[in-house]
Amino acid sequence: MRSRRAELSGWGRTAPSVAQLVDAVDTELDATTLADLAASRGIIARGLGRAYGDPAQNGGGTVVQLRPGQIVLDVARGEVTAGGGVGFDELLRHLVPRGWFVPVTPGTRFITVGGAVASDIHGKNHHVDGSFGAHLRSITLLTADGERRTITAASDAALWWATIAGMGLTGIIIDATFVVLPIETSRCRVDTERIPNLEALLERMESGDDRYRYSVAWVDLVASGASLGRSVLTRGDHATAADLDDAGVRLDDPLTFRPPALASVPRGVPNLLNRLSVSAFNELWYRKAPRSHRGLESITGFFHPLDMVGSWNRLYGSSGFLQYQFVVPFEAVDTLRTVVREVSASGHASFLAVLKRFGDANDAMLSFPEPGWTLTMDLPAGVSGLGGLLERLDRLVLDAGGRHYLAKDATATPSMVRSEYPRLDEWLAVRRTVDPHGMWMSDQARRLDLY
Amino acid sequence: MNNAVKQSQTVLVLGGTSDIGRSIVEALVSPALRRVILAVRDTEQAERATCVDWSFGDAEIEFVVFDAEDTASHAALIADVGERFGDLDVVVQAFGQLGEAGLDDPIAAARLAQVNYVGAVSSGLAVAEQLRSQGHGTLIVLSSVAGVRTRASNFVYGSTKAGQDAFATGLGHALHGSGARVMVVRPGFVRSSMTAGMDEAPFTVDPADVASAVAAGLRRGSSVVWVPGVLRWVFGILRFAPNFVWRKLDR
Repeated sequence: MRSRRAELSGWGRTAPSVAQLVDAVDTELDATTLADLAASRGIIARGLGRAYGDPAQNGGGTVVQLRPGQIVLDVARGEVTAGGGVGFDELLRHLVPRGWFVPVTPGTRFITVGGAVASDIHGKNHHVDGSFGAHLRSITLLTADGERRTITAASDAALWWATIAGMGLTGIIIDATFVVLPIETSRCRVDTERIPNLEALLERMESGDDRYRYSVAWVDLVASGASLGRSVLTRGDHATAADLDDAGVRLDDPLTFRPPALASVPRGVPNLLNRLSVSAFNELWYRKAPRSHRGLESITGFFHPLDMVGSWNRLYGSSGFLQYQFVVPFEAVDTLRTVVREVSASGHASFLAVLKRFGDANDAMLSFPEPGWTLTMDLPAGVSGLGGLLERLDRLVLDAGGRHYLAKDATATPSMVRSEYPRLDEWLAVRRTVDPHGMWMSDQARRLDLY
Repeated sequence: MNNAVKQSQTVLVLGGTSDIGRSIVEALVSPALRRVILAVRDTEQAERATCVDWSFGDAEIEFVVFDAEDTASHAALIADVGERFGDLDVVVQAFGQLGEAGLDDPIAAARLAQVNYVGAVSSGLAVAEQLRSQGHGTLIVLSSVAGVRTRASNFVYGSTKAGQDAFATGLGHALHGSGARVMVVRPGFVRSSMTAGMDEAPFTVDPADVASAVAAGLRRGSSVVWVPGVLRWVFGILRFAPNFVWRKLDR
């Protein structure tokens, strides 16, 4: 077990704090060690630091990074068991060549299995497959008493649904077993369409999403007027061997997975994503998209395009950025329209926002997705006036009965979370039972009273 | 904990009845601000009279007893505030006296040094300990340009500010890497109840000017803020003006 003092922040590089960062193998964490590590200000587990705000930092306390652990694929059951510290990068390199894919992936493969559980992550297939929690079979959870509990939805429903989307505040996820998806190739068959404005996009997604496993739209939130909400809609599924044949593509091994890394952003660059550069980029990206096109894309190209640029978060300079994500119920689509207008008119430059339709929610108490429209945008944090814009957007989302995603959250308030997550008290009750002395603690938990 | 747009949740003001302290907190009002703790000499007086109509958005206002001269109580007070109200995101060291102490009143001069300098050292270290243990937080120290180069007309006051300023900048270096930060604020002449009735100097500002400069400094993460900003350059020169010129400037 190695330990050092470190200043930690989320992927948005805002609101850092200094903690003792401990690198541990899970077996080193017994009851006595945990009590020692928790003595000053508690412990939180940290994966690859891709949550945008402060859920994986713990100022003045301890932050534990688990060594990756093993990946065990059970082909007969179509399930995999992976250590909480295993990254999706490693997982995909293991699974894809063997003909399997993760049941849910976010827009990056640099997250861990533990983080996927604790945030109940969702992806482009939410409208069909739900979030990560829906595919979990069992979890080994290290609880505050130093015990390793293997839990399932049947064995301990309360702890199960409090741990999924529980932001690491019920314990450390030592490993998780989940269903994997069989695939024939490492390519995706993708339909790409350029959509001139928001109304056309909403209509297009409502009528056609159900025919695709994966669907997401990239929206230009800088465009205004008749082009307000212009977007590129990409929908698709894993390509079958027959799809490759149809396209005339012959590969020696259709399951090769070699994700490319094109470049990495160096330290110390100033904020390059201002109104001018963002609007130029958004324009270029919209123009270069085909009006309508069917083609094959790689897993990286389709699911994780930003992973090709290492440390892209540095493009926002030293004051960082935040990712604002909310969902509003389908019937509150007017709120979505208002938000898009508001952001476009605000002058704050959002580099490509993402719009998606969510499917059904699961039973996790703090799970974010619920049926409705979810919009995600990246905003430079150092621009003055951002606080005011967020305050207006928060109010709109709250009034529409929507909610914000805790894995992206960096500006919510305790009262907001309380009204957005009606099962918060139920979750708090489970947390207090399994962790009576508040061993698991993060800056986010302190900021939002999640204890 | 500060949020991603550097809005604070909990603010402590040492010298809670100070006009400048009040303006600074007003500039920090946001939906995130939950609690403002005013540390004052006399909580009854502050609650019933001085601060009776104060409000900071939706934040709750709490009063605690703080006596700058009672240095032995500082560590326990700050620890107690942390215990009761949780992490302190911003602490403003706003107490201090101007005093009339000069050549002929060594007792008043010593008392001024006791409040402005010794009190700042002792409470500053207590706050530093709290912020270090949290791994985050900023101590804002209200210094003054009077301490940059002392003048005949208020050299005792100036010297206490010089001491406080030197202590605070050094403390900032000592805290580097701990997550805790120090921001030293050097205003010129500020119109406030402390300076009421005095002749105004060039570059005179209002508490609100100090507050907006402090808020901007917090957003930028500055370690020193001059108010108005031009004083940085003015004193860059005045610091090296010949003595006969400096004395003349003091009228």
